[in-house]
Amino acid sequence: MSFPWAKEYKPQNPVMQWLDSRLPLPRFVFNAVGAGYPVPRNLNYFWNFGVLSGAALGIQIITGIILAMHFAANGAIAFDSVEHIMRDVNSGWLLRYAHANGASMFFIVVYLHIFRGLFYGSYKAPREMVWLLGLVIFLLMMATAFMGYVLPWGQMSFWGAKVITGLFGAIPLVGEPIQTWLLGGFAPDNAALNRFFSLHYLLPFVIAGVIILHIWALHIPGSSNPTGVEVKSEQDTVPFHPYYTAKDGFGLGVFLIVFAILLFFAPNYLGHPDNYIPANPMSTPAHIVPEWYFWPFYAILRAFTVDFLFIPAKLLGVIAMFASILLLFFLPWLDNSPVRSGHYRPLFRQFFWVLCVDVLILGYCGGAPAAEPFVMISQVAAAYYFAHFLIILPIISKIEKPAPLPASITEAVLAKQA
Amino acid sequence: MATLEPSAENGDISEAGVRRRDFINIAAVSFAGVGAGTILIPLVNQMNPSADVLALASIEVDISAIQAGQAIKTMWRKQPVFIRNLTPEEIAAAEKVDASSLRDPETLEQRTKEGKKNWLITKGVCTHLGCVPLGAGEGEVKGEFGGYFCPCHGSFYDTAARIRKGPAPKNLEVPEYVFKSDTVVQIG
Repeated sequence: MSFPWAKEYKPQNPVMQWLDSRLPLPRFVFNAVGAGYPVPRNLNYFWNFGVLSGAALGIQIITGIILAMHFAANGAIAFDSVEHIMRDVNSGWLLRYAHANGASMFFIVVYLHIFRGLFYGSYKAPREMVWLLGLVIFLLMMATAFMGYVLPWGQMSFWGAKVITGLFGAIPLVGEPIQTWLLGGFAPDNAALNRFFSLHYLLPFVIAGVIILHIWALHIPGSSNPTGVEVKSEQDTVPFHPYYTAKDGFGLGVFLIVFAILLFFAPNYLGHPDNYIPANPMSTPAHIVPEWYFWPFYAILRAFTVDFLFIPAKLLGVIAMFASILLLFFLPWLDNSPVRSGHYRPLFRQFFWVLCVDVLILGYCGGAPAAEPFVMISQVAAAYYFAHFLIILPIISKIEKPAPLPASITEAVLAKQA
Repeated sequence: MATLEPSAENGDISEAGVRRRDFINIAAVSFAGVGAGTILIPLVNQMNPSADVLALASIEVDISAIQAGQAIKTMWRKQPVFIRNLTPEEIAAAEKVDASSLRDPETLEQRTKEGKKNWLITKGVCTHLGCVPLGAGEGEVKGEFGGYFCPCHGSFYDTAARIRKGPAPKNLEVPEYVFKSDTVVQIG
């Protein structure tokens, strides 16, 4: 579905006409990311991050497929094969650093993409399914990133695998058999490494599939926009191509510059030196931390230090960590305000920024050692995180008096220019 | 002649209005469902530990060289095991605590073999998320209860390797073991 004024695909070339009547793939592309997709005219640069996430996935898949050609998923030689990639394989260092830092860049743009959705209310009707599918992609990304981090078989890889599979061990009764089943042993070893490699190769393609659903669901109501006011007429929109292909192209250039700076000047900045020590089941690194993009969730996991009723602290932490993400699946129904954009929601806006700071604090605590004052700070911050979604947001959407909305996107744009 | 019309005369319809075809449909789909479920069993079961992983049944360890106050780390089933020779002070510290006040109530007696109260043998696997606690190696931090300290999420174990503080829910697990002689212990 699209707006009635969407341009129709009319191939002039006889070959394209022949193709169109047999396999209308060019028509599909034209309607999805070409001149056939009308987009609100007022999108700002925060709307670049969807395309940038797709680009990041593309970089990960290409570099990943190449790395898999040189990597050996065997506990005895995995670490050495990664060093072989770094030292012996032609341009291997570049590809591996691009893949490792590409993961960080992927998470940066996805977090900004989620941030955009949270501020501009992109999760609200009629785009709930876009939001839900996006969260599915996010969960798949986290699983993929975790399993990828295990593959170099360094100390952080090994202990990361042990700690994360240990989360499942917290489930009462069936927890330990599940952990053993996941690992194929009593501790991470060859079996675990091999299955992680297999799934790490598979999941990006699953992500690509869910992205297609994500975009499909998006194109039914069409893109949202910074005012949150729905498109009313043709003058509210411009065709995706050339307007947003150009704008996204510029954003892609900036993204690649930042990526290149990280890749060429600080390729190990976001990594952890302990992962250059081969995996050793007999010695735990003094300070186990996951990659930076898991820190906020790791802080929530560690925030629970005392049992509550009959539930052990360990299980509480695990439940809270999963709940912190699963909670977001209910967001479209927790925030009942009919106004989408944070620009027109004075009260929401203030608490939104508090939430952003809260998540940054959680992130900082997640990367810090498990000692005071970080444990206490993450307890307060984790409590606030849940309170924001479960208490504050529903109350705000009841009591808030939103600022007057513009009559249309065009009116908002022209008012800005005047 | 085959006909799509069910007819009461040739017995296609029962008194409850159930057609023969309904029965065949349910039976066929159920059988296919059972088949699909059965195929899942090997697909799921292949993830379980393989025979070579399970084959590592038991190990024998010579403990004659471990002096009081010392501990060694050994490997069993790809996991570390701590064997610790407790000093009289450490035994006294462990026995001073009222076991019923603990998160996982156990006495030192229950966690050691009779007459071998100084030999504390536990898995070196934190019951929180599976890290190897510190305290067995020379010069490692033992934590504020003098036993083991897990650096990952700050779990403190006492001199009987019982959880005293931090997120771990259980005491360090005591594996199955027997003393083959005064100096040799068989784990597993």
